[in-house]
Amino acid sequence: MAEEVKLYGTWVSPFSRRIELALKLKGVPFEYMEEDLSNKSPELLKYNPVHKKIPVLVHNGKPIAESLVILEYIDETWKNNPILPQDPYQRAMVRFWAKFIDEKILATGWKANFGEGKEREVAIEEFAEQMKFLENELNGKDFFEGETIGFLDIVANLIAFWFPVRQDALGIEAFTQEKFPVLFKWIANITKIDLVNECRPPREKHLAFVKARIEGLQSAPK
Amino acid sequence: MANEVVLLDFWPSMFGIRVRIALAEKGVKYEYKEEDLKNKSPLLLQMNPVHKKIPVLIHNGRPFCESPIIVQYIDEVWKDKAPLLPSDPYQRAQARFWVDFIDKKMYDSLRKTWTTKGEEQEAAKKEFFEVLKTLEGQLGDKPFFGGDNFGYVDLSLIPFYCWFYTYETCGKFNVEAECPKFIAWVKRCLQRETVAKALPDGKKVFEFVSAMRTNLGLE
Repeated sequence: MAEEVKLYGTWVSPFSRRIELALKLKGVPFEYMEEDLSNKSPELLKYNPVHKKIPVLVHNGKPIAESLVILEYIDETWKNNPILPQDPYQRAMVRFWAKFIDEKILATGWKANFGEGKEREVAIEEFAEQMKFLENELNGKDFFEGETIGFLDIVANLIAFWFPVRQDALGIEAFTQEKFPVLFKWIANITKIDLVNECRPPREKHLAFVKARIEGLQSAPK
Repeated sequence: MANEVVLLDFWPSMFGIRVRIALAEKGVKYEYKEEDLKNKSPLLLQMNPVHKKIPVLIHNGRPFCESPIIVQYIDEVWKDKAPLLPSDPYQRAQARFWVDFIDKKMYDSLRKTWTTKGEEQEAAKKEFFEVLKTLEGQLGDKPFFGGDNFGYVDLSLIPFYCWFYTYETCGKFNVEAECPKFIAWVKRCLQRETVAKALPDGKKVFEFVSAMRTNLGLE
């Protein structure tokens, strides 16, 4: 049967780029649909009526939403080049850290960059602590799961590429090689992979986009 | 190899109840350890240093945290009995999506129905009913979210029911009146021995919460 795989995403979303990377690592051909989030397509609203967000993967007409859910679906459907480990304990570990990145590090990072006063101070400390926890998971390995790129490396894309760009745009230095040498070594490792570089926004364009957004946020009425 | 299973938990925690139901469905024998959340045990802090929360499942000395992750682990290890997730990848994705929805929406909207007053509380009630109606829509005419069989989504959602008496009393609303299909599903779940045994009595939860509300200055 002909496979029809469509991905609804945006060029600058780390969640969308994760799915692109997973599909490319598996060699799955797909049609990419760039969404304008200020003017969401009827298809997106049809395929993700609950959250109305990207990314959405549509496989033979059936939609799947939420990037971590989509990644597991991709791994279970196209079994070549496995992304998640086989062992149940290892699977639980990568799921735990993926959730930690998306639920904790992301929110704390935001508050550390854009929060105010005491909330920001607390967030800066928490961010450093949370990033250390994550860094310790690398534990001498080239990638989070060992010698090859896997689920957690894919999910941590936002740490490798989005955090440094936002930092540059804001002119701050919370996430540095000095403070996190092991994480930076990991970033160097994944950056050597061509497919990874194909699946992230071009740096200059990304930086310009984030700068413009920051200006928008800072000039917005409070 | 001996299977040593320990669960660090807190009796009214809906997240802990999920794990208790999953273990019961699989017929796994385990040691239950009640945690005092105001005075967390050294074991809890050692086993979950990142979040310092319950539930924590300790299997042969290795800790597992975060209830959806624990339940999926249980399903993968004790895979010969009572499958909790569907076998089809698309159905599995849908199940994971809905548990993620429950975790993003139920807890916060529910919490606000008993920790707030006035306008904020009214808004919380409205949000809560919207969440329930979305879930009712997903359930449709099926007996369970898993279809004919009780499964991952059902066990992730049913534990919230033991808090309903509390929410309804504090928030002055009635779920059955607004969402009868939802309560019909609740009743089907409660017919299952594993669920009936795992859920604490709603009035007991209410007593516990009343004490907390007094401390929060809401009584």
